[in-house]
Amino acid sequence: MPILWLVLIVLALGAVGYILGRQRAMASAGGDARHLHSLPSYYGSNVAIKAVVPALVLMVIWLLVQPVYINTHVSGMLSETAIPDNSSRGLVMSEVRRTAEGLSNAVNQGLMTEEFATSARADMADVTQRLKDAGQIVTSEVTQPIMRAAQEYRVLSSSLQLYMSIAVILLALLGAAWGLRESQKDFRARNTVEFSVRMLLIGAASIAILTTLGIVLSLVFNTIEFFRLYPAADFFFGLNWAPSFSGRGGSSDLGVLPLLWGTLYISIVALAVAVPIGLFAAIYLSEYASSRVRSVAKPMLEVLAGIPTIVYGLFALLTVGPMLLKVFGDEGLGIMQAGTAVMTAGLVMGIMLIPFVSSLSDDIINAVPQSMRDGSYGLGATKSETIKQVVMPAALPGIVGAVLLAASRAIGETMIVVLGAGAAARLSLNPFEAMTTVTAKIVSQLTGDADFASPEALVAFALGMTLFVITLGLNIFALFIVRKYREQYE
Amino acid sequence: MYDAPASEQKVTQNTTKIAAHKVQVFYGDTHAIKDVDVQIEDKTVTAFIGPSGCGKSTFLRCLNRMNDTIDICRVEGDILLDGEDIYDAKVDPVQLRAKVGMVFQKPNPFPKSIYDNIAYGPRIHGLAKNKADLDEIVEKSLRRGAIWDEVKDRLHAPGTGLSGGQQQRLCIARAVATEPEVLLMDEPCSALDPIATGQVEELIDELRENYSVVIVTHSMQQAARVSQKTAFFHLGNLVEYGETGQIFTNPVDKRTESYITGRIG
Repeated sequence: MPILWLVLIVLALGAVGYILGRQRAMASAGGDARHLHSLPSYYGSNVAIKAVVPALVLMVIWLLVQPVYINTHVSGMLSETAIPDNSSRGLVMSEVRRTAEGLSNAVNQGLMTEEFATSARADMADVTQRLKDAGQIVTSEVTQPIMRAAQEYRVLSSSLQLYMSIAVILLALLGAAWGLRESQKDFRARNTVEFSVRMLLIGAASIAILTTLGIVLSLVFNTIEFFRLYPAADFFFGLNWAPSFSGRGGSSDLGVLPLLWGTLYISIVALAVAVPIGLFAAIYLSEYASSRVRSVAKPMLEVLAGIPTIVYGLFALLTVGPMLLKVFGDEGLGIMQAGTAVMTAGLVMGIMLIPFVSSLSDDIINAVPQSMRDGSYGLGATKSETIKQVVMPAALPGIVGAVLLAASRAIGETMIVVLGAGAAARLSLNPFEAMTTVTAKIVSQLTGDADFASPEALVAFALGMTLFVITLGLNIFALFIVRKYREQYE
Repeated sequence: MYDAPASEQKVTQNTTKIAAHKVQVFYGDTHAIKDVDVQIEDKTVTAFIGPSGCGKSTFLRCLNRMNDTIDICRVEGDILLDGEDIYDAKVDPVQLRAKVGMVFQKPNPFPKSIYDNIAYGPRIHGLAKNKADLDEIVEKSLRRGAIWDEVKDRLHAPGTGLSGGQQQRLCIARAVATEPEVLLMDEPCSALDPIATGQVEELIDELRENYSVVIVTHSMQQAARVSQKTAFFHLGNLVEYGETGQIFTNPVDKRTESYITGRIG
């Protein structure tokens, strides 16, 4: 039975349960909802939740476990001799899976009878040919052990699928019955539903946290693999970034420092642009602008945040770069060689970050209580004195948070760097030279045709991990600052 | 109802500090204050009483032009401080507020240290020549705010960490630090317990020696205790204004009598 149908059946059971639970509760109260502990809909919801949730949870767990179980079972059937010398168990297993799927598809298309597909005595050449006729991809000739395994795979998965459907529907029925039994007038259905809501929210929160953990783990294993191939000291303290082309021998220099320097330099330029402009814009919008100006200007500023970064990249490449070149290039001051430079990327990235800083700071400044401003005005302070000495200090923790959020964006930004800053990894103080960042290099290391097991490709994970640790540190630092000011001022 | 304080007998003919003539206040289309005429005397505590929404706070906020910060608010008529119209175009509202200080209903210390809270006004207006001078101003103001003994050992702790009553006295000390001529207080005790209220009331009585104090209050007992002059507002009108003793014992207007005896309001 297809999964979709199963889900629909469970949901239908839930819906029926809802109606029955409601009716039963009403009946137990003699038709008067006022005698019930909870509103009638809570009794219905209780039944529906008990029918649907455990059944669907079981289904999800089953679907996660089933392939693992089948794999180990079928793979146990394959003897060592069935695996060719130049292959591995994993490759053979994927062959088995493909064959099994091919058989099923061929049966579905009517090119093969069910008996033929399950027949143990079938001629292998014939099977292969028929599968190919059915448009199924079969790499080589299907051998006897593979065919045997594939047949077992099919049988196992279809029967397990059937068991699962039965189990899930049974569980849904049991849940609904349990819920219905509870639907008496004194049952605290409202509290039970409340508990379910809490579980739902806890579930959502844990998924978010578990995903973060999963991302970190996926980085960690590849990073460890990288450090097995490449010395960590050379990676962290190497001053040279020069990956060799894979497969041609020769050693690569994979020092992270030039990339980190490029990342930090570009981010600093970007923040130097975004923080003052964004903050001043926020102060104007929240303290000086009339509500008419504000209602127009704020959305206009936020349009900047909606522009895709690749468009900013084009802006850097085609407009800002040449403009800077005109002033600082050979015809001008002569300190800029080409349009792609730290300054180009930094300026454009700064423009991109303005709405982040201004929008968040604006909200934070508005959250400062009016009584603070009144207190200051009441002492004869002017508007700007009030803002500088009372509103800003009160809003500082939030503003620091906004700036650090912008910094995280700047550090993680890729497209503007690729188009605006060039691709040369170098350590230089001149902001008019081309540099590159960690993110841009991750892209170039993974998009090449490098062997995935080589240090040149694996270094991308180490770079990602480094970046992750840096932004994590930045966030912890932000929390520390925010907390420090909280303690002092509230 | 009225327990006459000893201070009341000492009321002499003080000079007029603030004179309001035919003051009208509008919030958008709402006519909040109608034709108010009042003479506030120097070195006197004047209480504004009246039911909620009668306009007493609004009128108080006219006296230092705090209503300017509200966009839809419009003030008409004349308010003279020492004979000068404070709504005249050549008067800087910021300078005016330095002369007419204000204490608010809810204590609103700045998110700064106790010292910086007090030093805020003097620093803005350049009242201190040097650090020692500023220290002296801070100490003097905190003493006048009757809070010096409680905070002298922790001047650099945040002002927001004090208790409600201490915060309000800190705010009064902060207002006093700029050496205002008039001190406006908008229900300064409404967020305080009786003990803190008593301390603040004592303080108000002491402040009378140097300043003209105008206090808005919901408590008629408080008005009777601390003020020498009382103005009763009702529905935007100034109903009756006179000696506190006379207002509370022998009101002229029927509405005043109903209010102080608890029949309206």
